[in-house]
Amino acid sequence: MRLLRFVLLRLAGVVIVLLVVTAATYVIFFLLPANPAQSSCGKPCTPEHLALAKRFLGLDRPWYVQYGDYLRGIVAGRTFGSGGGAIDCAAPCFGYSFLRSTPVTELIVARLPVTASIAVGAAVLWLLAGVAAGTVAAIRRGRAADRVVMAAAIAGVSAPAYLVGLLAILLFGFGLGWLPTGGYQPLTEDPAGWFVHLILPWCALAIISAAVYARLTRSELLDQLGQDHIRTARAKGLREPAVIVRHGLRNALIPVVTVFGLDLGSLLGGAVITERVFSMQGMGALLVDSIGALDLQVVVGVTLFSAFLITIANLVVDIVYGLLDPRVQLG
Amino acid sequence: MTGTNAQDEAVLSVADLSIAFGQDEADRVVHSVGLDLRAGRVLALVGESGSGKSVTAMSVLGLLPPTAAVTGSIRLEGRELLGADASTLREVRGGRIGTVFQEPGSAFDPVYSIGDQIAEALAAHGRRRSRAETAERIVELLTSVGLREPERIARSFPHELSGGQLQRAMIAMAISCDPVALIADEPTTALDVTVQAGILDLIRALRDTRGTAVLLITHDMGVVADLADDVLVLRAGEVVERGPVQQVLTAPQHPYTKALLASVPSLAALRAVPRPGAASGAAAAAPTDRAVAVLDHASVTYRRRGAVVRAVDDVSISVDAGRVVGLVGESGSGKSTVGRALLGLVPVSGGRATVAGVELAGAGRGRRRAVRRRIGTVFQDPASSLNPRNTVGWSIAEPLQLAGRLDRAKRADRVARLLDDVQLPRDFAGRYPHELSGGQRQRVAIARALALDPDLLVADEPTSALDVSVQAAVLQLLKDLQARLGFACLFISHDLAVVRELASTVVVLREGRVVEQGPAEQVLTAPADPYTARLLAAAPVADPAAQAERREAWRQLEEVR
Amino acid sequence: MNVWRSLRRDGWALAGAVVVVLFVLAALFAPLITGVVGQNPYTYHLSTLDGSGAPKGFGGGISAQHPFGVEPLTGRDLFAIVVYGSQVSIAVGIAASVVSVLLGALVGLVSGYFGGWTDRIVSRVVDVMLGFPSLIFMIALTAIVAASFPRPALIVLVIGFFGWPAVARVIRGQVLTLKRRTFVVASEAMGAGPGHVLLTQLLPNVFSTLLVYAAILVPASIGTEAALSFLGVGVPPPTPSWGRSIGDAVAWFSTDPAYLVFPGAALFLVTLGFNVFGDGLRDALDPRVSRRGSHRRRTAPVPTEELV
Repeated sequence: MRLLRFVLLRLAGVVIVLLVVTAATYVIFFLLPANPAQSSCGKPCTPEHLALAKRFLGLDRPWYVQYGDYLRGIVAGRTFGSGGGAIDCAAPCFGYSFLRSTPVTELIVARLPVTASIAVGAAVLWLLAGVAAGTVAAIRRGRAADRVVMAAAIAGVSAPAYLVGLLAILLFGFGLGWLPTGGYQPLTEDPAGWFVHLILPWCALAIISAAVYARLTRSELLDQLGQDHIRTARAKGLREPAVIVRHGLRNALIPVVTVFGLDLGSLLGGAVITERVFSMQGMGALLVDSIGALDLQVVVGVTLFSAFLITIANLVVDIVYGLLDPRVQLG
Repeated sequence: MTGTNAQDEAVLSVADLSIAFGQDEADRVVHSVGLDLRAGRVLALVGESGSGKSVTAMSVLGLLPPTAAVTGSIRLEGRELLGADASTLREVRGGRIGTVFQEPGSAFDPVYSIGDQIAEALAAHGRRRSRAETAERIVELLTSVGLREPERIARSFPHELSGGQLQRAMIAMAISCDPVALIADEPTTALDVTVQAGILDLIRALRDTRGTAVLLITHDMGVVADLADDVLVLRAGEVVERGPVQQVLTAPQHPYTKALLASVPSLAALRAVPRPGAASGAAAAAPTDRAVAVLDHASVTYRRRGAVVRAVDDVSISVDAGRVVGLVGESGSGKSTVGRALLGLVPVSGGRATVAGVELAGAGRGRRRAVRRRIGTVFQDPASSLNPRNTVGWSIAEPLQLAGRLDRAKRADRVARLLDDVQLPRDFAGRYPHELSGGQRQRVAIARALALDPDLLVADEPTSALDVSVQAAVLQLLKDLQARLGFACLFISHDLAVVRELASTVVVLREGRVVEQGPAEQVLTAPADPYTARLLAAAPVADPAAQAERREAWRQLEEVR
Repeated sequence: MNVWRSLRRDGWALAGAVVVVLFVLAALFAPLITGVVGQNPYTYHLSTLDGSGAPKGFGGGISAQHPFGVEPLTGRDLFAIVVYGSQVSIAVGIAASVVSVLLGALVGLVSGYFGGWTDRIVSRVVDVMLGFPSLIFMIALTAIVAASFPRPALIVLVIGFFGWPAVARVIRGQVLTLKRRTFVVASEAMGAGPGHVLLTQLLPNVFSTLLVYAAILVPASIGTEAALSFLGVGVPPPTPSWGRSIGDAVAWFSTDPAYLVFPGAALFLVTLGFNVFGDGLRDALDPRVSRRGSHRRRTAPVPTEELV
């Protein structure tokens, strides 16, 4: 089947990308620095921790052995030390926090729901809001609605998420008391609380991208509406909404999806900032805290995990793209 | 033929139509045009670019942008369309009037299958159909426009089909709701002549069997002669002449029509149709010592997704000093690649390419560049022939600068004389390309090509994008310069009549191979190869009677195929 | 030039340019400006604070001496901090965009023009880098770079390094189209080498795109610097930075919202100024964008040819 072949080919590409990314990460964070063990040790750094870190990293061994162990840890998990003091790091092992005496993967998994909740919700919101606003602006080109949307969009593009978030907390949290000022409720325990706590983070994170997508959708849709096939659609007697949605928007969405794939990375970066603003204990907070605490293992683990997540998410976007555009060679 | 009953009630009647894109008189692009379209007849709206012919046609469908101010009257079957409400116009579009556009490649939406797009047209008009009924109707329509494998075509996406197939599918979509009138806006301009002949035949059949009234918009007098019953000549938005096709094309009254017809390059009547088994003239005469450029059993290959494709296959051509060789072929024949091989822009994978005595493959980089300075080039697209960021003077001086010859002042002097040569004012040197018309840009490109007094000029479709009157002037200029300066010239074109104007020798290329070459008069009037004959027969001429003969010849050739 | 004329006619672009110029002037003459009110961003004014460290008085301690109030905990003058903060923002923003545009132009021109394997590898790298969670990577990098390495330079390099792929992608795309245009082929056909083609034929034609990208990348880089400083991994104290002030404001938020407002407003304004100006520049340089809402027509009619 063509689609299966396409997916398999893309998967092979993803594996290569992941290998290169792990190699680059390993070189930058563990080989080039003078003392990675010290940076992994944490604050305060006990002598036992430092010794553990040195052994775990295997700094006395050649670089390819170190990298090999590291890779094997991700794929198959690793155990080092033996007997009662053995430390087990199950696959996928993204490192071990000596400070917290916990494998990094466990730390990430505990935090992932928070970050994922913010990111996914914000992405849905920005796509819907951005595409809708851009479509309205394109259809009403040059009129009041267009001007309002475009003015709002350029203001939105210029407003950093943390600024919007803080102002929103000030207004809706402290001022009006409508929404909580921060924190997170797990979806499984309190769905309503989960939703209420996420409204402001979603809006804060979505606003810049919604603005970018409104502009993008508008210009792509205008471009499409000038194409020959739109004239054909009108000449065969279709209703204007059908012309715009079925032929204009359908084609305009193809570049929007491409850009969406590229924006997933910044979505995750944005989530880090949002967590900080709304005092939510997600992956980003873990990352920032670990930098303060000199816990390099966690820092690198989170970075690498994010890269993995984005690469896989990109694969999904690629497949969606292939389904949207018949001109893409599936296989 | 249907009876030419002029008293028939017009299906579509346009009166006193004026169109403006602004308030001023100068913004008016169409001035008081009137026309009557009758059932079973083809009315051709002829004009050069900017004549307002397409705008006129689109106004009938109400498809002009909202900034267009349209006045006058457009009546379809007695119903006024100008100012009609949206639902009336929608019913007319696709329902009463079908439309066929110029670029079949971009006229279909790339993301839906052909079948889906025809189904959409069916659903927009007439009664509801079940899925199976719709599918059946689509196959029926695709079959009726002469498409083989209609089921496969219906499933295909636009990018999977050829231009000819797409245009037939477009016609199928246009007639899907049995319209009384068909608007065909340059329906064959983007197509090869052999494909064009088939499409014109199809439209003729629609007129005759369905009695459809056809409004044909074209710039091509050959197409007019082939298909039209009546002609209306437009110039800058005004009707300058109208009448039956025979009268307008053979005894034009207005000076503009006369000039227009005079600038159409013509083909001589076919003297003989090749007998099967006639000796093929594909072999080249051995290169003489006067040869400036020689391709000797040359091939050019490139890889496309792993597979090796031969763009040029075992081609032997020789261009003698002072001679013009015409290289003719349809799209995909490899004719442009031959030109590029001689310029050393693509490597020759087999055989040899020699220019001015230097074999390109064996020559080092410096040598190859030196050889390129002996060659001038003029390419097709006037819109991109000059760097938009540089002045005309800079562009003409570029080869001089590259050759490192002449100082600044002498370069400026040379540029001025080159502008004289191509009959442009000297102060054009300070202008930018966007300030020039297409014909002027091609003149500048010619000046640049001649800057270093080349031994060889490679001209790749230099006039294809120009209006016919401008084309005539540029061809005349090339002819004069060639006679005066005596360079050898490889003239590449898809247009046999244009080649006939200039070339003394003609080479016909098909799918990368030479099918025939020889003296121009012989190849263009008594071809030895059946493909050349079909190509010749398919090229329309601007005389209805002569064209009817050519059409007949083409039909016979198609049948024996 | 046409571009200047249409920019001058575009009121929005003009307003954006004015805002940008004001901030650049503030950055250049920060000591002079803060000198007028007799303040600098480093002196502590503990007397302006109450027992909890919050500024005394209205709006975060706004007074004649401290027009924007003072910083909580330290009592440093907020006006001076905001004015000096423009130095970091604008310097980092411009320097990082220059790095991105230069790298991107070089890579885009070379990979687009030469094609082949170079291009394939470059394109793949660009794809990966564009989708990469670059902010996370930047944060992580700050954990290992030695403290002796000057932070502002590090931030410029890191932001600049993650900015070039976007430029390279666009330039490569344009070069791919341009190199098939007749004037480039004609230039090669008349014996021009790659250097001549790249510099005289391609570069002038992508130059306007580079300008637009530079104008768009500056506010983006300013935002990234502020984000890093907001998270506490950017420019180290005591150098004033808007992002860090906003980050610090999080803790003071319920008691002293004014501390958020001034640096926030400065950041928003300069970003908006650059974005609006960049938009105007793009419209002025892009021939496809016609004046508001009008039918697409050439402004100057192309001369028509008459029959000979």
